[in-house]
Amino acid sequence: MRWWWIPLGLFALFVGLAGYQLSQPKDEFVHSAMIGKPLPSFALEPAFEGLPGASDADFRDGKPRLLNVWASWCLPCIAEAPHLEALRDQGVEIIGIAIRDRPEDVAGFLARHGNPYVRIGADDLSEVMLGIGSQGVPETFVIDGEGRITYQHMGDIRASDVPVLLEKLREAGA
Amino acid sequence: MRGLLVLLAALFAAPLIAQQTMPPAPYAYRQLDDPAQEAAAMKLMHTLRCLKCQSQSIADSDAPMAGDMRHQVRSRIAAGEDPEAIRAWLIERYGDYVSYEPKVSATTWPLFVAPVALLLVAGLVLWRRLRLRKTT
Repeated sequence: MRWWWIPLGLFALFVGLAGYQLSQPKDEFVHSAMIGKPLPSFALEPAFEGLPGASDADFRDGKPRLLNVWASWCLPCIAEAPHLEALRDQGVEIIGIAIRDRPEDVAGFLARHGNPYVRIGADDLSEVMLGIGSQGVPETFVIDGEGRITYQHMGDIRASDVPVLLEKLREAGA
Repeated sequence: MRGLLVLLAALFAAPLIAQQTMPPAPYAYRQLDDPAQEAAAMKLMHTLRCLKCQSQSIADSDAPMAGDMRHQVRSRIAAGEDPEAIRAWLIERYGDYVSYEPKVSATTWPLFVAPVALLLVAGLVLWRRLRLRKTT
């Protein structure tokens, strides 16, 4: 073995590593680091006239709930709307956080795509979104009865995600 | 069919976000009045990752979320918070990935050790060569 095998081997290692990483599918999701931690305190104004606003206290009465981060301008939110309604029909309480939205747009979206929410808070500065480590809309968090975040679903809810969320709610004590 | 719909939706999602009519957060594009505070905010914002456009810092990005993160940084600095405390607040929520300034930890220590080790090896090789040349 000659000594120059060492740098050549190192070089080949780097090329191999880079090639392998390049061939891997890219994961754009940045998962929240807040799983297992309590919701930060917040109190949001109602996003439109039809429903009350939302605060962290609404999650602390012993019943696990879903916190849905969404917006009327978000197209994947239209795709997940029927699945949120399916969850509501199974007795799940869903509290919405509307990101940078207008009351008339929120009302219009709910009239067109259905309203699965019991409360919707208006998060005009994305403060709650940043506070719970959410990357954007749509995202759904499972919150246990003490206001602790136990699970994060990133992206729109598909039909196959409904049983998963129900199971996570059960684990949280529903 | 649903998959196709979602794909179609994703295609239109980006331009729609660009068309959002909500005004940006107050401090998304407005500088702080105190130049020293603005400089501290700028320095921090250049080292925080935009989570929507992940190769940019929040100082460089025009994504609405980056604007909201700039608003957080500026309003917290205006309230007297330490820049590193704001970074720590974000790391607590999004993990180390949100910061462009790596800290020594169980997974990142090779980043810091490798250059020193390489320098030591190079120095050793150089030293031996020079010594060999002198003796011959």
